[in-house]
Amino acid sequence: MPELHLPWLELSVLLPVLGAIWVSMLKDRERARIHSIVICILTQICATGEWLDFASLGTFEAHDHWDVFQLILHRDVFVIDELSAPLLPLGALLYLTTVLTTLRTKINRFSFGWTLFSESILLATLACRHPWLIILLLTVAIIPPFIELRKRNQNTRVFSLHMGLFVLLLVSGQLLVSADASPTNPSIIAGCLLTAGALIRSGICPLHCWMTDLFEKATLGTALLFVTPMTGAYAVIRLVFPIAPTWALQSIAILSLITAVYAAGMALVQRDSRRFFCYLFLSHSSLVLVGLEMAKPIGLAGALCVWLSVGISILGFGLALRSVEARTGRLTLANFHGLYEHTPFLAGMFLLTGLAAIGFPGTIGFIGMELLVEGAVEVYPMIGMAVVVAAMLNGIAVVKAYFHIFTGTRHTASISLRCRPAERITILIMVVLIIGGGIVPQPGVESRYHAARGLLEHREIHGERTNHTQASETDDVSKDQ
Amino acid sequence: MTTESVLHLLGLIVVTTPAVLLTALGLPFLMGVQLSETAQARLTKACVATGLLAAVAILGLMLLTGSRNVPIELGNWVSIEHEHEHFHFHLKFVFDRLSVPFVILSFVLCGTVGAFATVYLHREKGYGRFFLLYALFLLGMVVSSLAGTIETLFFGWELVGLSSALLVAYFHERPGPVRNGHRVWTTYRVADAAFLIAALTLHHLTGAGDFSGLMGSGAWPDGVAAIGSWQALAVGSLLLLAAAGKSGMVPFSGWLPRAMEGPTPSSAVFYGALSIHLGTYLLLRVSPLLDVSLPLRLAVIALGLVSAIFGTLASRVQSDVKNALAFASLAQVGIITIEIGLGLRYIALIHMIGHACLRTLQLLRAPSVLRDHQMLEDAVGQHLTGDEVNPPQPATNFQLWLYRLALQRGNLDAFLDDWIVYPFVKTFQLFDSLERRWTDLLSGGASRESDMLSPYSDTLEDMS
Repeated sequence: MPELHLPWLELSVLLPVLGAIWVSMLKDRERARIHSIVICILTQICATGEWLDFASLGTFEAHDHWDVFQLILHRDVFVIDELSAPLLPLGALLYLTTVLTTLRTKINRFSFGWTLFSESILLATLACRHPWLIILLLTVAIIPPFIELRKRNQNTRVFSLHMGLFVLLLVSGQLLVSADASPTNPSIIAGCLLTAGALIRSGICPLHCWMTDLFEKATLGTALLFVTPMTGAYAVIRLVFPIAPTWALQSIAILSLITAVYAAGMALVQRDSRRFFCYLFLSHSSLVLVGLEMAKPIGLAGALCVWLSVGISILGFGLALRSVEARTGRLTLANFHGLYEHTPFLAGMFLLTGLAAIGFPGTIGFIGMELLVEGAVEVYPMIGMAVVVAAMLNGIAVVKAYFHIFTGTRHTASISLRCRPAERITILIMVVLIIGGGIVPQPGVESRYHAARGLLEHREIHGERTNHTQASETDDVSKDQ
Repeated sequence: MTTESVLHLLGLIVVTTPAVLLTALGLPFLMGVQLSETAQARLTKACVATGLLAAVAILGLMLLTGSRNVPIELGNWVSIEHEHEHFHFHLKFVFDRLSVPFVILSFVLCGTVGAFATVYLHREKGYGRFFLLYALFLLGMVVSSLAGTIETLFFGWELVGLSSALLVAYFHERPGPVRNGHRVWTTYRVADAAFLIAALTLHHLTGAGDFSGLMGSGAWPDGVAAIGSWQALAVGSLLLLAAAGKSGMVPFSGWLPRAMEGPTPSSAVFYGALSIHLGTYLLLRVSPLLDVSLPLRLAVIALGLVSAIFGTLASRVQSDVKNALAFASLAQVGIITIEIGLGLRYIALIHMIGHACLRTLQLLRAPSVLRDHQMLEDAVGQHLTGDEVNPPQPATNFQLWLYRLALQRGNLDAFLDDWIVYPFVKTFQLFDSLERRWTDLLSGGASRESDMLSPYSDTLEDMS
């Protein structure tokens, strides 16, 4: 397997873990915040370095140079491929921007130690392809939000029940996967269990209530960090995609589509800003799943594009909401808050990121959504229409939320609510990514299409190899007889 | 330098000037730099004038060379090429007998309104915001006018929709304009969805979104649609729905009076002149479709007729000048639509240009007419209302019914609210309450903290 020039993956995973230990020993919260920012920046550099290094290799997959885990365990633990290569910098960006936009007033309730720990777990998950290790890491990732809920004296039943079921289904499903499972020789029961588990983690309707519950009870930062990396979709693509037959994938796509439309409708009627955000995210992440399960190159490429674009735009959208909430407390969408004059930049970011998420022209999401709809229509025309309907409802919901938060009678404030430098930097990073990706989409689309083809070819090769092995085994048996 | 290369260069200038204006106004906003009113006005003037001059130069060159169709190819914005899969987002602009007059009209009217707005909105808090949205609108109009593919047209169409909705909500400290802006946006989104589905259907029927593929090889208006009658009906019906939404035709007319909440310059150019004609422009662009489908043509005529009658009735009973002008515009748009349905394409185009100019000037003049009227009344010392030549006649029951119907704007908004909005909202509110019960059951108690929180309970201000 080709090697990266430096151990980017190991560094990306180890830096936040060590940082988490270091930061948790610091008593001064302000110092902890600054140290966390530095660690997140270093991790971001490593993750971006990994992506650039991988892109320069021109291969489908690669692992670290000086791979310590391979030396010890004699197997490739951290491997990246075209699917996961850009997801690592995206994941690192998610943590960097969240830590960067955490205001001083909130540092006492936001745990930097656990945040860095969960960053390490996320990056390890995205750099890992072994099914059992993925399941283990996904399970460990549940711990930080669970601990936070307990610390905040919140009821954890909804979260625990869903996450318990998720882990149980994944473990039992993986136990039942036969060694020769492939799309042409699927392990039906195992596939169903794995699918159900991954779909619970993705928040597929009607098993999505844990997500709204988490947004209700955890801090917005923690909730964002737990759901926006879309690890449920990652589990689907790693655990289910290689073994599920096409008809099963398309059935999941229909379930995801129902969730996308349902969540878009629910986003429109929410009165609480966090619940609104949660449904908006759910609708978009379901749209990603719709494309992933199409098992057609265009649709899959569209889904992978939307994965990145939604990752960036929904992250920006969530951060804008979080920054506003840090100034005003939790916001209700039942009335108008008139915050535009205080925070025009946040207003701009809120609108821009929201529109990017719905695939507005000129933003990073536009081409991805076009590809997704095109791919969906190719399989089932009605699915394409439903994707358009979901995007339409989401668009209405985004502008409605913008109006409710930023317009109306001007909020009277006794102190300045303007953007802080760190927030402004985050806004500018987001704008560059959203507009830049919107104006020059070709490299991104090309890379995602290539990744989609690679994934589908691997799926086919895996199936053929399994068939071949089965055929030779049958031949051997008949010869023996 | 050949004529083609000059045309190409001029075409690029026409398309890029609004983009340059948007960047020039948008970047300082993002960087936290506040441009002065003078700087914004000068930038706007320079960009609009450059774009207009380039468009006029193209027209001159086309007349001189006798060229009827000048395509400007910018290549593929995005392209996927593989054995069986092809995906292209082709960037192509077309200068022809339809697009050139429309883009010149857009520049002229936007320029006029820009000049008017620099004075009208002087020292307004939202001056910069207005011109930023104005630049977005201009870019949308230019891209829509010159689009050579349906995807490019959709691109511009969306920009026009967003800027229009945000400008309706321009006076955003009052809830009224904001609610109206949201209503406009919602209507536009429905129209956009229909447009996108039409574009997708078109892709599947012709393999590309290029208008020349759809309309045959002939330049506008002589193209011949390359698809069958039923296919034309399917795509055409969706495009008709999109056009109806954008032009405020029946049953979407409710957004027109709401759009008048915006400042006068935006009302004049966006909803009174350009935005409202974008739907009819779309119908003109795809008019070869009408030739192959009689039912589609009948539907276009019927929609135009209903809208024209409704617009006429409603405009006569409005109690404020902007609304009266808005519905008068609708009546004219209805007539333009009938003309398109009847195949009178040049007449429709001329009608559209004439009407847009007239209506812009009327809307810009309207506030000062009212002021002049008040001054006259002050000078005379009594109200100037009342028609002594035609004294009021007793009305029949039918006339009264018609009056009430027109006054209530045909109850169209109420109809859409009762039959679409409320059932939708109620259904999802029901789902929401079911979800609440389910999480309450799982939690063993109340599960929604957000119900108990009041806004501003945990603010920075409390902590400072």
